[in-house]
Amino acid sequence: MAETKYDLIVIGAGPGGYVAAIRAAQLGLKAAIIEREHLGGICLNWGCIPTKALLRTSEIKHYLDNASDFGLSAKDIDFDLKKVVSRSRKIAGQLNTGVKGLLKKNKVVTIMGEATLKGKGGVSVKADGKTTELQAKNIILATGARARELPHLKADGKLIWTYKHAMTPEVMPKSLLVVGSGAIGLEFASFYRDMGAEVTIVEMMDRILPVEDEEVSAFAKKQFEKQGMKIVLNASVEKVDIKKNSVTATIKGKDGKTETQTFDRMILAIGITGNVENLGLEEAGVKVERGHVVTDEWGRTAATGIWAIGDVAGAPWLAHKASHEGVIAVEKIAGIKGLHPMRKDLIPGCTYSRPQVASVGLTEAKAKEAGYKIKVGKFPFIGNGKAIALGEPEGFVKTIFDEKTGELLGAHMIGAEVTELIQGYVVAKSLETTEAELMHTIFPHPTLSEMMHESVLDAYGRAIHY
Amino acid sequence: MPIEILMPALSPTMETGTLAKWLVSEGDTVSSGDIIAEIETDKATMEVEAIDEGRIGKILVADGTEEVPVNAVIAILLEEGEDESALDAAVAKSSGSKDKAAKKTDIPSRDVADDKSDEEQPKATGNESKPDSDSEPEEKAKAPAAPTTEEGERVFASPLARRMAQQAGLDLASVTGSGPKGRIVKADIEDAMGKAVPAAKDQAAAATAPAIGAPDFTPPADVPYDEVKLSGMRKVIAKRMTQSKSHVPHFYLTVDVALDKMMAQRKDLNARLEEDGVRISVNDFIIRACALALKKVPQANAMFAGDKAYMFKRQDISVAVAVEGGLVTPIVRDAGSKGLAEISREMKELAGRAQEGKLVPEDYQGGTFSISNLGMYGIREFGAVINPPQGAILAVGAGEKRAVVVDDAVAVRLMMSVTLAVDHRVMDGAIGADFLKAFKGFIEDPITMLL
Ligand SMILES: Cc1cc2nc3c(=O)[nH]c(=O)nc-3n(C[C@H](O)[C@H](O)[C@H](O)COP(=O)(O)OP(=O)(O)OC[C@H]3O[C@@H](n4cnc5c(N)ncnc54)[C@H](O)[C@@H]3O)c2cc1C
Repeated sequence: MAETKYDLIVIGAGPGGYVAAIRAAQLGLKAAIIEREHLGGICLNWGCIPTKALLRTSEIKHYLDNASDFGLSAKDIDFDLKKVVSRSRKIAGQLNTGVKGLLKKNKVVTIMGEATLKGKGGVSVKADGKTTELQAKNIILATGARARELPHLKADGKLIWTYKHAMTPEVMPKSLLVVGSGAIGLEFASFYRDMGAEVTIVEMMDRILPVEDEEVSAFAKKQFEKQGMKIVLNASVEKVDIKKNSVTATIKGKDGKTETQTFDRMILAIGITGNVENLGLEEAGVKVERGHVVTDEWGRTAATGIWAIGDVAGAPWLAHKASHEGVIAVEKIAGIKGLHPMRKDLIPGCTYSRPQVASVGLTEAKAKEAGYKIKVGKFPFIGNGKAIALGEPEGFVKTIFDEKTGELLGAHMIGAEVTELIQGYVVAKSLETTEAELMHTIFPHPTLSEMMHESVLDAYGRAIHY
Repeated sequence: MPIEILMPALSPTMETGTLAKWLVSEGDTVSSGDIIAEIETDKATMEVEAIDEGRIGKILVADGTEEVPVNAVIAILLEEGEDESALDAAVAKSSGSKDKAAKKTDIPSRDVADDKSDEEQPKATGNESKPDSDSEPEEKAKAPAAPTTEEGERVFASPLARRMAQQAGLDLASVTGSGPKGRIVKADIEDAMGKAVPAAKDQAAAATAPAIGAPDFTPPADVPYDEVKLSGMRKVIAKRMTQSKSHVPHFYLTVDVALDKMMAQRKDLNARLEEDGVRISVNDFIIRACALALKKVPQANAMFAGDKAYMFKRQDISVAVAVEGGLVTPIVRDAGSKGLAEISREMKELAGRAQEGKLVPEDYQGGTFSISNLGMYGIREFGAVINPPQGAILAVGAGEKRAVVVDDAVAVRLMMSVTLAVDHRVMDGAIGADFLKAFKGFIEDPITMLL
């Protein structure tokens, strides 16, 4: 490795880092990327992709369990957990290799090793006991994040899991406690429930999926409960006793009363914390607050020439947000004119549980809080022919418009395949369409997407099919 | 089912109008073709015809209501056999959600979507006022006329930006877009609105402030005044003239023209035409002379369009006509191939309809060149503001006897001064001068107008 001077060094090869590095190369910057563990970051290796592989298994199992609804018969439905997990791991591995190829093709220099900031524009990389010193005009921190743990709630990898362990179970727990009801918690809850485990969710807030629209939270709760999950709101896990093959959790409710319950396994999904340690951030003058690097709207940190993107730079912790921040930061570095900072209200969020949840923009409560006078439309899956044909009559699509301008402020969906639908609204919102254009958009029949049309129509009292 | 009568769109760009007058009352029976109401916009008054027959069940928008959004339900028609009981449901339906117009007018109207999306034409409910072109306005309305810069280029703006600009009375052509390839987005409108307000505070800047009608034109505290609400026409004039004067580099060329021969010719012609009831005016001569001069110098019949210019091969002359509360510019189309008598007849008819507020959009949309004549007011000469996207306008002063030097001697001649305002982006002084020379030639030697 002769080359030590670069225009840009990216630390961390997750969806934030590798996309940033490729974009830099496209713009003619000499770019290197340093990764200590796995190309593709959490997303590819331990996040987005492997969980979706697992959820596909549980979804198919759900269909098989209900085969008779479709006039089919399926007997002796069983699974081999090892094969379920290995399918998920294989998919992660396949994509990991893909990223390697993409970096190479774009002439990004990939260096495996642990990176630390060192002096102005300096990065030192430790690998196999050797240290290499590199220099760059700009450095992007894209070191991601890891599961948050609490002093009294620490994962041991055996009985108390974080997502990594939950993704590679050796046995199917009979009973499972999921702490936290954000996207990650619910996806695991959904997977394990459909695979047959008894699932209890404990959430500190007064509703599950606290960042979603309240109606969505309420609807999701009902659906999960119908599936047999137990959901405890306004509650927290105060204490855990680890037994030989089980954990006993002390759960404190709103009223202060505590209850103990024993589970085979427990998953901690109580948020994440940025990988800000051992990077030499303080010496470099990079400001860190509450576990995350502080940046401006372009990704600049407090230290000149050092940028931060993705999970390490704060919420929302989403792969597509990381990638987009990477692109914006690199384009800013390359001096591209007419750039716009990322708008948070244009970042879609998806949860791949059954039912799925997807949203973009403001919730109804947030829109009101922001002072908008709004028009709200809602359309249920039961009014949609395709949903009924699919045997998925549960869910709804909700849209929120600014009454004055017709701006689409937010869209919220719950039900089958909504994670694939939300993009329609994201495009609409990005192009700043108003209700008028959406109303005159032609949606193919029969599709679930027709509900997106109807929801808009409904906001203006014009829904056809409900 | 009771039929909803909707506010019709008189032009593709019309968004609101004034319901001037109902010609029917609740309970009246109407049949298709009956005129039931008069609608006013900035430019015209139009009659609304019933297409369906039935009985007027309920009038929802009262006489004189302003800013009624296009497609708002203005009345409900009961079909044969239906009684009042059918009304309640229909009224309730049409008032499903109130919007700003509804608040203003206290009338239940359809929701914003209906009001704003020009798309839905009243055809279905049958008050399309021009039955013979019933599908055409609908087509046009589908693409709400994209605003253009004074260069005639299309302005790219997001639908949301368009609507916000319209609500704020902001001219999109005056806004700089920050989106991809200069597309105007919401943030730009917010910026422009933010900027427009301080600009408007400054009296001197007020005239050019992009946000006409922006909330900060405060009158001096100690001067008594009447507040006059701007009519739609006034607003359009304000907007377009501001745009023209602030974006089009005008220059002016003036010549004096002797009218004696033309006046003699006119007298002669009018005597001959008397029994046909035709009376050719000085203005008719000017229109014809302009058209012929433009034919001769087509570079003066031009429009600037950013990276190109259009030289028109037909002379469509917009003639400014003063009307109550403003002015309109009906067009004598293809004036270059029309004789004086025809121009005269057409102009009379257009001016008449303009006075009555009965012009239709086709009468005044387009035009390649304008004439503004203030001669009848005794104005000696003046410079007019170009009517964009046209490239020039001829301002015509009064004919008056002046002492002029003819063959080194002072003589009395009937003279008229005309001033050509030219868009310097598309024409230079020489072309303007060529045009004026041709114009002067035709007027001073009117026989050549026959050639
Ligand atoms: C179970 C789970 C499911 C998820 N599902 C989704 C989903 O469906 N959709 C979605 O959008 N998001 C999902 N996420 C979140 C998503 O994975 C993250 O938002 C995303 O990975 C963030 O990308 P990043 O590039 O910022 O960081 P990461 O993907 O975390 O990548 C950071 C990389 O930096 C490396 N690194 C750290 N420090 C150093 C160092 N000092 N030197 C060298 N390398 C270093 C790490 O090894 C890592 O590879 C999920 C997360 C989890 C845990």
